[in-house]
Amino acid sequence: MRNHFPLWKNILILLILTLASIYALPNFFGEDPSVQLSPARGSALDQALVTQAEKALADAGLKAKAVELGEKRLLVRFADTDAQLKAADALKAVYGDRYTVALNLAPATPNWLRKIGAAPMYLGLDLRGGVHFMMQVDMEAAIKQAEERYAEDIRTMLRDSKIQYLSVDRDNHVIKVKFQDAATLGQAENTLKREMRGLMFSEEGSALTARMTDNDVREIRRLAVAQNVTTLRNRVNELGVAEPVIQQQGEDRIVVQLPGVQDTARAKEILGATATLEFRMVDTEHPTPTDETKTPIGSKLYKDRQGKPVLLQRKIIVTGDQIIDASSGLEQQSGSAAVFITLNGPGARKMADTTKENINKPMAVVYIENKTETKEINGQKVTSRKTVEEVINIATIRDRFSKRFQISGLDGSDEARNLALLLRSGALAAPVDIVEERTVGPSLGKENIKQGWRSFIIGFSLVALVMLVYYKVFGVVANLTLLFNVALILAILSAMQATLTLPGIAGITLTVGMAVDANVLIYERIKEELRNGTSPQSAIYAGFDRAFATIWDSHVTNLIAAIMLFGIGSGPVKGFAVTLTIGIITSLFTAVSCTRMMVNFIYGQRRGAKLWI
Amino acid sequence: MSAQNPKARTLNIDFMKWRGIAVIVSLVLSLLAIISLGWHGLNFAVDFTGGTVIEVKYADAPDLNEIRSNLEEAGFASPTVQNFGTTRDVLIRLAPLDKENGDTGNALREKVVEALNKNPAFKPEIHRMEFVGPQVGDDLVEGSVIALIASAFFIVLYVAWRFEYRFALGAIFATLHDITMILGFFSLLQLDFDLTVFAAVLTIMGYSLNDTIVVFDRIRENFRKIRRADSLEVINVSINETLGRTLMTSFLTFLTAVAMAIWGGDVLRNFGLALVVGIFVGTYSSIYVATALAYKLGISRADMLVPEKEGEAQGRP
Repeated sequence: MRNHFPLWKNILILLILTLASIYALPNFFGEDPSVQLSPARGSALDQALVTQAEKALADAGLKAKAVELGEKRLLVRFADTDAQLKAADALKAVYGDRYTVALNLAPATPNWLRKIGAAPMYLGLDLRGGVHFMMQVDMEAAIKQAEERYAEDIRTMLRDSKIQYLSVDRDNHVIKVKFQDAATLGQAENTLKREMRGLMFSEEGSALTARMTDNDVREIRRLAVAQNVTTLRNRVNELGVAEPVIQQQGEDRIVVQLPGVQDTARAKEILGATATLEFRMVDTEHPTPTDETKTPIGSKLYKDRQGKPVLLQRKIIVTGDQIIDASSGLEQQSGSAAVFITLNGPGARKMADTTKENINKPMAVVYIENKTETKEINGQKVTSRKTVEEVINIATIRDRFSKRFQISGLDGSDEARNLALLLRSGALAAPVDIVEERTVGPSLGKENIKQGWRSFIIGFSLVALVMLVYYKVFGVVANLTLLFNVALILAILSAMQATLTLPGIAGITLTVGMAVDANVLIYERIKEELRNGTSPQSAIYAGFDRAFATIWDSHVTNLIAAIMLFGIGSGPVKGFAVTLTIGIITSLFTAVSCTRMMVNFIYGQRRGAKLWI
Repeated sequence: MSAQNPKARTLNIDFMKWRGIAVIVSLVLSLLAIISLGWHGLNFAVDFTGGTVIEVKYADAPDLNEIRSNLEEAGFASPTVQNFGTTRDVLIRLAPLDKENGDTGNALREKVVEALNKNPAFKPEIHRMEFVGPQVGDDLVEGSVIALIASAFFIVLYVAWRFEYRFALGAIFATLHDITMILGFFSLLQLDFDLTVFAAVLTIMGYSLNDTIVVFDRIRENFRKIRRADSLEVINVSINETLGRTLMTSFLTFLTAVAMAIWGGDVLRNFGLALVVGIFVGTYSSIYVATALAYKLGISRADMLVPEKEGEAQGRP
């Protein structure tokens, strides 16, 4: 008998191996120190910018290796870190106010590889250095805020409907409204039930108690996290970090990873800023002056997100803490994107008074961030408070506003969603605590990479050596298979754009030891068959055939344990789980098909050949 | 060596004869491990307990006592300060923060850095800092325990479905045995038990099982093939037949684990070590614990005959 695969099978295997090798390649080209410009506040990202940036660099006497215009950023590559740092300063001086200038280590993937979409893996913080924060959103506080708003609402509503009540108290997630008699209670219950769908009411003697529905609580928790993620994202952009990660983890935690950042104090200051909102009328009586000294009395000069000046009246209509809710959605009549805002009692009254007198006039929303900034001046640390004010929206008043009103005419649902989140974050941000912080210095990151790969290379070489000595020609086949397996793992990780961590490298190393098990199983079977006097070709056939069930079982059990590792869900260990899982799956393919193909190629056509095993 | 007749002699070691002694050895070692775990417990790293670990490098060897007292003055109760690697590298551990005092991670680093910078003669460079809040640590312990139980559960389910419940019991018992041994080892030597080591424990769970399954697979096959032999004999033959593979694979995996333990640096050292221990006990337990238990529970040919595949027992191509 002969052992051979049909042609299509050989071609398919070779095709997979070639593709795997190509897509694994980008990981071996290293990185270019570079500077990236990402537009802030709607600044342009076009060819003109490229020319300008090139000129600015030439003026500073710097030579860029390449200037690349991407979809979201302009990337300037340099030959060394020295040029990179100088260039960052030069570009910051020119573009600092309109673009976020950040240092980056851009993968030095050759163009032809980039064209086919091949990119290297992303390196985890333990390998590149940086800061990792885990923040916990204070859900108790978020829910307490919501309950307080409801209590306030109930008071206003009862007052507005002229229903007498004795007291409204909030305790242990229950809002209790006391009444004089059962008649008023019944009247109040009818009114409140109609108006407040987020609450569940029940009677308790002469009092009415209300609880938030589970749905409502869930919604508040969800929004508390979503809103914090958005504000954090906005603030991280200010830090000038090249590839920040801001992610929700679990129910109430947010992970922020800032590669390359060492100054955690500054990072915390920026992340921990608080924000408020103000609604003001636009001053339409005076022309917008060019600088602040010419501002008319009773007005104040602001800038909008594009940096254009806007003149607003000094009088504040409503502030952020009077906003109860802000959500985005579609306007019923026109179907265009809109933001729906709900104010509390006092806010609603003020808003109604102002809008009544100002129909068809523009009103602005100002977003105000309070930050603390620590600077070293003459060796002394000076902490200063800084306020950044920005007009985020101007809309024309169409009608007298009530408690609920909407801002429409927005540029699509993205803008609506963003505005709603900004409104909420300026109004009712749930507090966050840092519950985990990890800082890895850049030199430690480099050392980790070195040690990780060194242990991999040593482990691989030892395994390869033993296989070669013990199984001879079949050992060479196994070693090639192992190499392909590693290439396949790297290719899949790169294609997934997975994050490689040090335990991830350990996972690849360990996979080498475990993947070779399949080869050992097959080879031992072949040897056994030979010992029993089977002919070489039949021994090969039986070896592969019989070992398969065992290989399958052992892979499945390994896989179960590896998948369970995902459940623990912490960063670096997740990296280990990913590489191990992928490694187990790919080794099933390589051990069975690649090994078979090579063995077939060497021995398959030779009747009575001696097997060097 | 002639290729057609390699290692002509077939091994025939009476493994099962020693199973009485093996039971005693396993019991004694397990007991030791459990006593140590009860006595010292595990030296849980900051991942699980919460707290702070800081690695700093000084230009000159600093005075550890001074660092300690500076930290104490700054309000950190009983900090551990020790050298690692060189005298210029210092590892500092701080107890979990007191949440009641409102002390979260927000201002921690500043406080630590201030304390470390107190003596201007020694300017430290922070290499690594990890702060883990107590809640995060607790959650991780919970997640880990769930992961451990879930994997054990699914593995039993798979083995019971693929083989037989007695095999599944043997397999899970062997796995528990291995985990006890690794944990006992870490407890006895008071090595740092962090999340990576826990990942190694879970990996060993899969790995040890893999070994066990290879033996089981062969036992099932031989029960169908060798008609005239009692269970004990079939088990012995099966272990002998798979011994070459078991030792070879264990040795190869052992090599990669050793490479990580020796050359992988601080992070991978204990991970590699846990694997090394796990590979040893895993190999042993797949022979003695899993198989001996399955035998004790009374597996026999009759249990193996059900899902026989066409041509599996006799068919030679």
